[in-house]
Amino acid sequence: MRIMFNGIQKISFLLGFSLISVSAFSQSTADEIAKYREMIADGNPSELYEMTGEELWKKPSGPKNASLETCDLGLGPGVVDGAAARLPKYFKDTSRVQDLESRLMTCMQTIQGISSQSVIDAKFGEGPKKDMDALVAYIVTRSKGQKVNVSINHPKEKAMYEMGKKAFNFQGGPYDFSCASCHSVPGRRIRLQDLPNLTTQEGAIAGWGFWPAYRVSSGQFWTMQQRINDCLRQQRFPYPIYGSDFTIAVSMFMARNANGGVIQTPGLKR
Amino acid sequence: MAELFRHQALRDNFMKFMLNYFSIKKIIFLLILEFFVLEGICLGQQLPSQKEFNEMMNKSFRAEGIAGMDRIDQDPTQKLCSDQKFLLSKAGANKAKELEQQNMKSIQQPSDGIYIGDWKSGEAIAQSGRGATWTDSPQTVIGGGCYNCHEINKKELSYGNIGPSLWNYGKNRGYSKEVITYTWNRINNSKAYNICSNMPRFGHFKLLNEKQIQDVMALLLDPNSPVNQ
Repeated sequence: MRIMFNGIQKISFLLGFSLISVSAFSQSTADEIAKYREMIADGNPSELYEMTGEELWKKPSGPKNASLETCDLGLGPGVVDGAAARLPKYFKDTSRVQDLESRLMTCMQTIQGISSQSVIDAKFGEGPKKDMDALVAYIVTRSKGQKVNVSINHPKEKAMYEMGKKAFNFQGGPYDFSCASCHSVPGRRIRLQDLPNLTTQEGAIAGWGFWPAYRVSSGQFWTMQQRINDCLRQQRFPYPIYGSDFTIAVSMFMARNANGGVIQTPGLKR
Repeated sequence: MAELFRHQALRDNFMKFMLNYFSIKKIIFLLILEFFVLEGICLGQQLPSQKEFNEMMNKSFRAEGIAGMDRIDQDPTQKLCSDQKFLLSKAGANKAKELEQQNMKSIQQPSDGIYIGDWKSGEAIAQSGRGATWTDSPQTVIGGGCYNCHEINKKELSYGNIGPSLWNYGKNRGYSKEVITYTWNRINNSKAYNICSNMPRFGHFKLLNEKQIQDVMALLLDPNSPVNQ
């Protein structure tokens, strides 16, 4: 009996030890990243994008030589503060639910005469998409510290959320992956990369609340559109069209799930 | 004439039966019920239909490089596993069983009868997460990406945790014919055992060829592999 007890004790000790070592290991990795964030928090390179974005917002340009200062991001023409916290939302003039990037494309098209197609066709980080990155950095910074406050009161908003839920669970491609394959259970990792569970408020704000972000590994500022694009690349899907309803639906799903969480954008990511 | 009379008699009988059956109370009840059903349909119109969803998918993506639009044309397994609600129903459970059997049937055993290849090459395949994206070429060798989700050789500290640890895989399970065949099948088509397993179907979608699968098998089931020390 005593021997058996010792055996159980030993097993539980070993089990406990292995659990501790695994969690200590991932804990220390997370700590290192947190430390790194703290180190450069005072100088997030996104600030350069924000400054450029503010200039672009105020400077007349495009075929119509107009500034974006009359652009309605949802809180009225020219209101930037807190606008990103409420996106995606339904816009009456376009009769669509739009995220920040697709809304900015509408404003660039109607106010400045810059064709949306030229933005869609540009490569990430180049041409009109480079301007878009800067504008997004400027606008999301003006919601930093605010709570996500996304509505699904309008039938089209509700429908977009439901589309997003379906899109999130849609499996396809040669790997059978969906967003849910990686992002619907807490505590999961690919290699050492933590994967937020986007179906809960806590997980959704960890994702939605930190993107757009400056990526240290690539030295680039990434908007949410680019973040989703690269997820789908690794999902082995075909190419998601910039500002398409799929990208907005998935954004709506994440944003609404994150409601009430505090926005930290632009974030700083690996 | 006789036929017409018979029809009329039948109809009269039917009407009598219906009137008895549907008392006023029942009619009112049915009307109320119908109202709720219609209301439900109206509310339901806010929810997207499958057709609307498919339209959105087709409009939202385009082919790029090797990643064609056929990649969002779901096979029955993908369709089932995208619908958690149906999956949890009785009909869903039956469908899952049926599709598991289909996936099982599609598995091919090694053409040369050899299950265990070279574990060193297997380790390299397990390390690589490359291939099959729109930035890859058709010539890009697709990796197994095993470490993305599994702990395998303890020396590799950068591993994911979506799948179970495979450390001491053979040492713990033994090297029997059953274990070997099961492992071969799992790598080839994990959905044969668990329809919504998160593991890609490496044989089914030709992500790895026979030789590569033999090498990954060796990493797990060669007694000399570092995984079994």
